[in-house]
Amino acid sequence: MTTTYDCRQDFADELIKLAEADERIVAVCNDSVGSSNLVGFRERFPDRLINVGIAEQDLVGVGAGLANGGKIPFVSAAAPFLTGRALEQIKADAAYSNTHVVLCGQSPGMAYGELGPTHHSIEDLSWMRAVANLPVVVPADPEQTRAAVRWAIENPGPSFIRIPRFKVPAVTPDGAPFGPGRSNQLTDGDDVTVIAIGTLVSRALEAAERLRAEGIGLRVINMPFVDPFDVGAVLAAARETGGIITAEEATVSGGLGAAVASLVAAEHPVRMRILGIPNVFAPTGSAGFLLEHFGLTADGIVAAARELLGHGLHR
Amino acid sequence: MLVADPPLAAEYQDLRRRLAGADIAEKATELAKISLAVRRSVVEMIASAKLGHIGGDFSVTDILVTCFAGVLNLDPTRPDWADRDRFVLSKGHCAASLYSTLAFCGFFPRAELTTFMAPLSALNGHPNRVKVPGVETNSGPLGHGFPVATGAALAAKLGGQPWRTVVVLGDGEMQEGSNWEAAMTASHYELANLTAIVDRNRLQQGARTEDTKALEPLGDKWRSFGFELREVDGHDHAALLQALEPSTTGKPVAIVAHTIKGKGVSFMEDRVEWHHKVPSPEQVRLALEELV
Repeated sequence: MTTTYDCRQDFADELIKLAEADERIVAVCNDSVGSSNLVGFRERFPDRLINVGIAEQDLVGVGAGLANGGKIPFVSAAAPFLTGRALEQIKADAAYSNTHVVLCGQSPGMAYGELGPTHHSIEDLSWMRAVANLPVVVPADPEQTRAAVRWAIENPGPSFIRIPRFKVPAVTPDGAPFGPGRSNQLTDGDDVTVIAIGTLVSRALEAAERLRAEGIGLRVINMPFVDPFDVGAVLAAARETGGIITAEEATVSGGLGAAVASLVAAEHPVRMRILGIPNVFAPTGSAGFLLEHFGLTADGIVAAARELLGHGLHR
Repeated sequence: MLVADPPLAAEYQDLRRRLAGADIAEKATELAKISLAVRRSVVEMIASAKLGHIGGDFSVTDILVTCFAGVLNLDPTRPDWADRDRFVLSKGHCAASLYSTLAFCGFFPRAELTTFMAPLSALNGHPNRVKVPGVETNSGPLGHGFPVATGAALAAKLGGQPWRTVVVLGDGEMQEGSNWEAAMTASHYELANLTAIVDRNRLQQGARTEDTKALEPLGDKWRSFGFELREVDGHDHAALLQALEPSTTGKPVAIVAHTIKGKGVSFMEDRVEWHHKVPSPEQVRLALEELV
């Protein structure tokens, strides 16, 4: 059985480790000390955990002010409330004002499963991508979560990081590059490409293994930076393989799939399948059930690959 | 990013040194002269841009001038100086008044004011900290400045730093819930280094505040949110100087500054249409005649 991880723990551990060495680092939360896994941070640095209570607009504004005062705030809240409730603060106070605020969207996608669409954060990638001057990072595993925290401290401007709650296996190879415009190619393959992020990366790898048995080469690319994304890897995939699948736990209206599609449409048109959540609110079900429900699985990726190849566009 | 005008900045520093040794009446007289110059500059900027929010610019002018020329510890030649006091204009639509005040202090050359809202100017209709030195956060959408100021004051308190934070809010803006979120945070964290000033001109874009969504009893609201309340005439520089003294209670300070929208030009005063009406050439002439 593959070991899987709740990356909120890695987020918290890395943050504490770095905060030991850099007193500018503070955590800011909206009563979400437990759900943001910041109990340990509060114990270690009681004065550096700012809890503004249940008040997300204030949360992001206070974060921007702390940054103005020389701190590096990790502004942490459940992703649906952080991005939905405080969208204008994210735009004006963090991104437009170019402040060093690290927005940490906890438990994104459909991680809250049965709690329902109010608690699902599937619009966040569309919203955050639409905001200028705001890198959008979707870690896929513990290593990328830790790398994202380290990168966000070094990066002098604002950023948005999706911290996974749904348990995921480790997928990042040793020494993999991490940064804006970088991606990791996880398998070789020239037939079809899948570009996957977050919870979908391990599923893409599983799909590649199954297709390999059929003699189909699936190129798996993991692209933790949805914005700015790896243009070179996308264009190479468009040129070198017979189609591109994108796979994300987000609405298809404006996330990774939309980013990739707008590039290939302009530069090197290829057929695509954009796997995500269509423009509907999810039915009741666990996070795992809902991923299955929307075809965000190895099966779904395999089917999409076969469909692209069946269109006779394979070179 | 605009850069400082060194001779203007030096003049400003001379003025600050001179005022430091003056009594409060002398200070108030000097500040009133500056307010007049700022108001004249606002008229010219808005007439030239054919855009702006002249009513609110005039109600907030004396507050801005008192803060920048009488209270805040700033160095226009070093706008990023870590120990500067922080000033946040949350009612960002009154940018013309802020820009005129900043230019008076030498944060950038006065000639720049003629570009107000012109294509590619640094002086947008709402202030941008990335382009304009002296601006601490990009405001415009209402209800943003107070949370940011609260965060800045918190940073100073956490770091044991001596600088203070002042935020100016419009009264209509107090209808935004985010301000009350920030008020609770400032009070909870006992941010005695934070002063929130409400420009209480009693008018908002379309009507009187009390006919739109009543704010009164506004002072009681501040008190009940845990602030040390000071109510003053927001056009009385001496009263403003006193109200801007540090907290005496360990609580954050709220100043309700009673003002007149359009203050200084008789036909604009307390009239709702001057929220963002642009004066005609004849009205510009009349306004400048009154502002002497």
